[in-house]
Amino acid sequence: MAPTDTPLRTQEEIAARVKALEALMIEKGIMTVEAVDRLAEIYENEVGPQLGAQVVARAWTDPEFKARLLANATEACAELGIGGLQGEDMIVVENTDTVHNAIVCTLCSCYPWPVLGLPPNWYKAPAYRARIVREPRKVLAEDFGFTVPDSVEIRVWDSSAELRYWVLPQRPAGTEDLGPFELAALVTRDSMIGVGPVGTSATAPAA
Amino acid sequence: MNGVFDLGGTDGMGPVRTEENEPVFHAEWEKAAFALFATNFRAGLFNVDMFRHGIEQMDPAEYLLSNYYEHWAHTAEHYAGKAGVIDPEELEKRTAFYLENPDAPLPGRTDPELLAFVDGAVKGGAPAARESDKVAAFAVGDRVVVAGDSPVGHTRRARYIRGRTGVVTATHGTFIYPDSAGNGGPEAPEHVYTVKFTAEELWGPEVGDPNGVVYFDVWEPYISPAPATEGAA
Repeated sequence: MAPTDTPLRTQEEIAARVKALEALMIEKGIMTVEAVDRLAEIYENEVGPQLGAQVVARAWTDPEFKARLLANATEACAELGIGGLQGEDMIVVENTDTVHNAIVCTLCSCYPWPVLGLPPNWYKAPAYRARIVREPRKVLAEDFGFTVPDSVEIRVWDSSAELRYWVLPQRPAGTEDLGPFELAALVTRDSMIGVGPVGTSATAPAA
Repeated sequence: MNGVFDLGGTDGMGPVRTEENEPVFHAEWEKAAFALFATNFRAGLFNVDMFRHGIEQMDPAEYLLSNYYEHWAHTAEHYAGKAGVIDPEELEKRTAFYLENPDAPLPGRTDPELLAFVDGAVKGGAPAARESDKVAAFAVGDRVVVAGDSPVGHTRRARYIRGRTGVVTATHGTFIYPDSAGNGGPEAPEHVYTVKFTAEELWGPEVGDPNGVVYFDVWEPYISPAPATEGAA
């Protein structure tokens, strides 16, 4: 049988195989159900894009913090108690009127977990990884409905080593009166990946 | 290795399919597959680079068509089998059992140290930067060319940058070298650099976006000084 003849598994088959693997690992003293539940709880409830949004809001309101964030994102995030696994060496890249940034991992699924949580499926699936480095303007416009004018340079950051990139989006106009919590609520996961806009003041929750 | 996982620049992959209000995990088994990364790393069954290489060795057709956490289950199984921690026949038997009895319970075991490890690892991370007395051979502004050959085994030298010329934009110090550690070798730290490639350099003047660049991180052995170009300052 050629390698490419491997039959695809159904959801039931995958679930059974992973459960079997899990059972064997538990019996070998390597794993526990409680460790599985704890890890899931962390990334479902504690670590996610709300943390990155908090960092962005701070950078928008505190120029000195922003300077520190752009100089050393890991240290600046640590000031807010944010950091850890898959964010040991983070680099924040700033969007401006003339530069738009987007992140990808073409070889696997590298992503800054401490600030964005675990990546969405599309970030790990072949289409995004294949195309964002080759036709980023088209992918952003056609797949994400996010048009970047030709005059704005697009910089794509392929996370090929252990540096974890993420995007500092531009603060939207008309948000001068908003506080850090309202500002953080505007910051979307997609805006920190570089594939979507931040919200506008019109969509901000009431102060 | 040259494989389908090395997707940068591949055509024909179709549209990006996003999901509104996507959950962190789509099924219970995904949580276990995710956790295997941390627990089996702790057990010394693989390092992060080997973990990636285990995924790279999947059946390429299955790789493209299966969910990402299935990839993680594959690599966990690959290294647990290789280390003799699991018996492939036993795994088949258990799989058949859980297929017949999907709600049958898992073995009960409690391990406070493992729980403490999980919290500690999530907060503290597992840095890949390593001290080294190696002197960096390149500096910001250097024009470099990426080696064009096709290495056997694990590498992070993606095909779309091989043979291409770019400019070093940042130096990061020394990190574990995946071309060694991912193939079961020592950590062998090497300097890491960010290299900027223009879209025209990567894809050609007719296809490359004139106002687009890609930044790619390389380990020092991947690059060498670019030959001087005619008319270059």
